[in-house]
Amino acid sequence: MAVTADHAIPNRSPLIAFLSRWLLTTNHKEIGTLYLCLSFTLFFIAGAMAMVIRLELFQPGIQFAEPLFYNQMVTMHGLLMVFGVVMPGFVGLANWLIPMMIGAPDMALPRLNNFSFWILPFAFGLLLSTLFMEGGAPNFGWTFYAPLSTTYGPPSTDFFILGVHLMGISSVLGAINIIVTIFNLRVEGMTLMKMPLFVWTWLITAFLLVMVMPVLAGAVTMMLTDRHFGTSFFSAVGGGDPVLFQHVFWFFGHPEVYILILPGFGIASQIIPTFARKKLFGYHSMVYATIAIAVLSFVVWGHHMFTTGMPLAAELFVMYATMLIAVPTGVKVFNWVATMWRGSMTFETPMLFAIGFVILFTIGGFSGLMLALVPVDFQYHDTFFVVAHFHYVLYPGAIFGIMSAVYYWLPKWTGNMYDERLGKLHFWIAIVAVNMTFFPMHFLGLAGMPRRIVDYSLQFADFNMVASIGAGMLGMSQLLFLYIVVKCIRGGEKASSRVWDSAEGLEWTLPSPAPLHTFTTPPKFPTPEEDYQHE
Amino acid sequence: METPRYYVPHSSPWPIIGSVALAVTAYGAVNFIHQSTDKVGAEGSWGQPVFFIGLAMIAFMMFGWFGTVIRESIRGMNSDLMDRSYRQGMAWFIVSEIMFFGVFFGALFYARIISVPWLAGAGNNLETHVLLWPDFADTWPLFMTPGGSITEAMEAWGLPFINTVILVTSSVTVTFAHWALKKNQRVLLPIWLAITVALGTTFLILQVVEYQEAYTELGLTLGSGIYGSTFFLLTGFHGAHVTMGTIMLTVMLLRSLRGHFSAENHFAFEAVSWYWHFVDVVWLFLFTFVYWF
Repeated sequence: MAVTADHAIPNRSPLIAFLSRWLLTTNHKEIGTLYLCLSFTLFFIAGAMAMVIRLELFQPGIQFAEPLFYNQMVTMHGLLMVFGVVMPGFVGLANWLIPMMIGAPDMALPRLNNFSFWILPFAFGLLLSTLFMEGGAPNFGWTFYAPLSTTYGPPSTDFFILGVHLMGISSVLGAINIIVTIFNLRVEGMTLMKMPLFVWTWLITAFLLVMVMPVLAGAVTMMLTDRHFGTSFFSAVGGGDPVLFQHVFWFFGHPEVYILILPGFGIASQIIPTFARKKLFGYHSMVYATIAIAVLSFVVWGHHMFTTGMPLAAELFVMYATMLIAVPTGVKVFNWVATMWRGSMTFETPMLFAIGFVILFTIGGFSGLMLALVPVDFQYHDTFFVVAHFHYVLYPGAIFGIMSAVYYWLPKWTGNMYDERLGKLHFWIAIVAVNMTFFPMHFLGLAGMPRRIVDYSLQFADFNMVASIGAGMLGMSQLLFLYIVVKCIRGGEKASSRVWDSAEGLEWTLPSPAPLHTFTTPPKFPTPEEDYQHE
Repeated sequence: METPRYYVPHSSPWPIIGSVALAVTAYGAVNFIHQSTDKVGAEGSWGQPVFFIGLAMIAFMMFGWFGTVIRESIRGMNSDLMDRSYRQGMAWFIVSEIMFFGVFFGALFYARIISVPWLAGAGNNLETHVLLWPDFADTWPLFMTPGGSITEAMEAWGLPFINTVILVTSSVTVTFAHWALKKNQRVLLPIWLAITVALGTTFLILQVVEYQEAYTELGLTLGSGIYGSTFFLLTGFHGAHVTMGTIMLTVMLLRSLRGHFSAENHFAFEAVSWYWHFVDVVWLFLFTFVYWF
């Protein structure tokens, strides 16, 4: 029988088998891997653009990049990092982990899951192709303010607009899938308030995605009709207003920045208890804080627009609402610290990245609080201080979050332990380099250096040189990360199923590497081992 | 072996076909726009045919994909749990659609409450008014833009009101169809569905007549300032959604004639009727804020 079964399988070349496996797959683990590979690839492309930027800013004067090309680099670096690296990175983690964490056989809508992923390579292909077009790539910054993107945008702007539409479709479909999976496929006994925090933060992130990605789609649609069909949304001559663009963009944009960080909060909340060997402090307050942050994110978009001449009452409201966000965020930071308090801590690479995340994200949070103050923001607006702020929340925030997650779950995915010595080396180079790159930018901004500029006056030279050296180190350190990941995939010390001795959650009851199909029959929850610990 | 509690399809060609279709459509659309608006770099780029090939591919993907799901459903592979996944998925999709329309309503309110009055000097904007366009007056509908293009307003109580009646009626008839289905009245079901499709089609025809009137008699075009911009994008996207809804209702009609759906199991029908109600509610907001007040 077995022989005939073998013969029944048509002889396919390895290439066809490879393509049909990855192009047609509906498996959440394979799709998760695809997302993570895309994110990693674009990380190096967008990182190379950052290197061009820092190389140009190494010294005053124009050395390597013409101003127009420099602007394209700034724009594409931002767009790719936000939409191509952090978002797909987190979605990849969600795909791999959420079904395993909630004891589901797969995502709720597996075919839709494949669709959500495979739209992205085409969207980014479209976006990257603009670099080779007549008139160059988009050059107006990742925020694509009108009229820079409407009246003055290069012809390639339209490819960018359709690219954004594709990304939006992918994100909305992916988010719907995640919400439905979480609401529908949880194992019996796992009530909402017993879900792992990574699942909770992703549930709220997915809600934000469903709410704001259509707003972005509307914004780029109005851009398209303003550019080509004679409408006047962003033109005062027709009764519209360029500032309307900023309102629409930031109504999307502010929830978007929480989309970029909330899953990171979830990751830290998974990893810190494991290596502190304690329960997470304040689980309920973590959940409520995440919800509070998400709700507040819809009413604070005006803090990006303090200098546009908004009425005073609006500025005050937005200022206070923004400062209010510091409360739930503070709750989270205190909870992480309280979790570590008197824990028997060890410092494996995931924990190092998670602690780096907590400390450096907090610095980014505080500079955000400074920017929230209307009178102070009048000085900081559009300076390198803003650049320093959002790189502190995005690099040691979102990116370190993804990296700590990769180190933490890589043994589960591959069945092999990564090289701990190299992992620690990676962390220490990265943490020094990230501060060396972005901390001087605070001073540059306070001293008045504007952002998105190819040249600067002499007094900014020293700090810029330090930042550029740091950026070079940071870029190199990620090549080390690539090496560690590839090495781990190819082999290494075999990982046990629990991997970390006090890791909790259903994913650790599975063997390492996790088989392709898991939990086709529902597991028992809570696991007997954890049930014992609770008592 | 225990039966799996949730059907997980092993692989499917439709998503990748859909992704390619979307990419082809997007690429074709940009070149099509560039060709028809004389932008550089679009000569010989075949934008128009590529765009329509892309649309055809999307239609092909949808037929194939939904066909697969329908066959699975008929074979009884769909559990109640999966039915619930589909329902929740559709509900969240409609939420995202609400947000999409929300953007254009937001732009409308922004123009009416903020940008137009400010250009006419409201608040502390007197200097802007005097320096830029001292003759500009704050009216809504905006008969004359600051730049001087002139239009007439679209009257609410003519065609738009008739269209409101038509669309509200169609929302009622689709509910009658749903009741007929739930009571297993297999004759009434296609009749009510056919009436709904006819009402939807009439709405679309009247909308075309209205656009014609706007362009030829009122001088109301996409180019006539923020009034025309919000008018055409809101009603245009709504019309596109009614078109989609009518097509989906037609598919439901054909399926019901072929004996699909049972009194208990008819997710596709319900999803389409939710969509139809959603489109109807959007129209009520449109009628109120675009045409009436």
